Amino acid sequence: MADSQILNDGAPQLTAEKAIANLRQTEDTGDRYYAAWWLGRFQVRAPEAIAALLEALTDEKDRDTDGGFPLRRNAARALGKLEDKSVIPALIECLDCADYYVREAAAQSLESLNAKESVDDLLKLIEGGVRGAVAVEGKPHLVQPYNAILEALGSLDDGANVPVIEPFLSHDVPQVKNAAARAMYQLTGENQYADKLVDTLRCDDLQLRRSILLDLGEIGYLPAAEAIASTLAENSIKLIALKGLLEKQIQQSKILVSDQTRKVMSLMDTLL
Amino acid sequence: MDDSVLQSRLQAVESADSAQSMIDSVEALAELKDEGAIDALIRVLGYNNPGAAVAAVEGLIQIGTPAASAVLEQIDGYNYGARAWALRVLAGIGDPRGLDLIVETAAEDFSLSVRRAAARGLGAIQWERLTAAERHDGQVKVTDTLLKVVRDDPEWVVRYGGVVGLQGVAAAAAVDGLAGVVKRVGEGLGDRASHDDVPAVRARAQWALEQLREQA
Repeated sequence: MADSQILNDGAPQLTAEKAIANLRQTEDTGDRYYAAWWLGRFQVRAPEAIAALLEALTDEKDRDTDGGFPLRRNAARALGKLEDKSVIPALIECLDCADYYVREAAAQSLESLNAKESVDDLLKLIEGGVRGAVAVEGKPHLVQPYNAILEALGSLDDGANVPVIEPFLSHDVPQVKNAAARAMYQLTGENQYADKLVDTLRCDDLQLRRSILLDLGEIGYLPAAEAIASTLAENSIKLIALKGLLEKQIQQSKILVSDQTRKVMSLMDTLL
Repeated sequence: MDDSVLQSRLQAVESADSAQSMIDSVEALAELKDEGAIDALIRVLGYNNPGAAVAAVEGLIQIGTPAASAVLEQIDGYNYGARAWALRVLAGIGDPRGLDLIVETAAEDFSLSVRRAAARGLGAIQWERLTAAERHDGQVKVTDTLLKVVRDDPEWVVRYGGVVGLQGVAAAAAVDGLAGVVKRVGEGLGDRASHDDVPAVRARAQWALEQLREQA
């Protein structure tokens, strides 16, 4: 991205150079936090940007009242967007961070970077199985970021760990269950798992319906097309999901217009 | 239509006391497709309740021309939120009296979902309500706007909506024998089918070309 790239939505305007400088200084934690996000958002791949983000992964200065590391979270997220695989070992180390949200960001970024070498480290986090996947007292989350870990395993594993993932299909938390179903579909190619997601589109929770729509779009599950179009949710989200189906089909068949893609596009037309 | 049904459903919208009961009562009112519901449905567009607004927009589109008349009379007084919903109504009805507003919206609105609806709507204008000369000018203007939208809008879904819009205007222009419009749309779609960054937009442009060829 060019140095002159600016963000103009009321947020402070930055350039790549300014963002890197802001991230390197240690006086203003707000500026550092924003700079880390900005470098990821605008995909600044300069070596200085990567070096500064890597350094931020071990920052000790920016702490929240819970003992968390806000800057590390943003840096880990940003590093997932820069397509530079050299950062993978540092992200793997973040999986041991005491901050749940740093571990979550690291798992997501490892997935984006297609870091197959992180599978064993991801598996370590869910070693306790479903029995160990319990809530942390006083926190709005479980002991590990199971959704992010299961999703990452779905993309990165070669299928060898299906027996580890499968039990999470019966977890009590719907988001965890869905992440397991999505991963199982990706690893086995069996429709029964994606169909579990489709069934959940009829649930009462709008947030959950939205996240399943996006899941189905990301796995590009063609048989879900009609169910997606008729789900009660915003058309913009349904269009994103259907785009995922359409593009998966195009990618597999190398044909832009076929019976399958026409069907998806007809549904999309009704949602514009 | 039994007037008491309309009255009781209007009353239900008036007395809705939660976001969900508002949505339910607006859906019930919209279902009647009754011109007597127009003013109440238009008021809902300003309530900052997206679920209810979606139902109201759908209802107003179903009512058609009389709803477009009411919206056009009042639109200047709307705040941004209500105006965005009102433009969706106009785009959905395709009322040619709203053509300039819809053109402007497709090209310039701040919200991508409003641009998307406007771009799609430009492909479904009720051209038969205009004279031949007006149709010609209108279709040239719509074509100019949409060719720019499909090339320049940063959002894939707006370009996708623009492709659908272009297909619609070319189909209408073909009926009128406006070969110039048809040719320019064909070139614009061909460019998108090969060069858009987003496969979904390329596919839709390719399909639009195939459908236009079949109609020719």
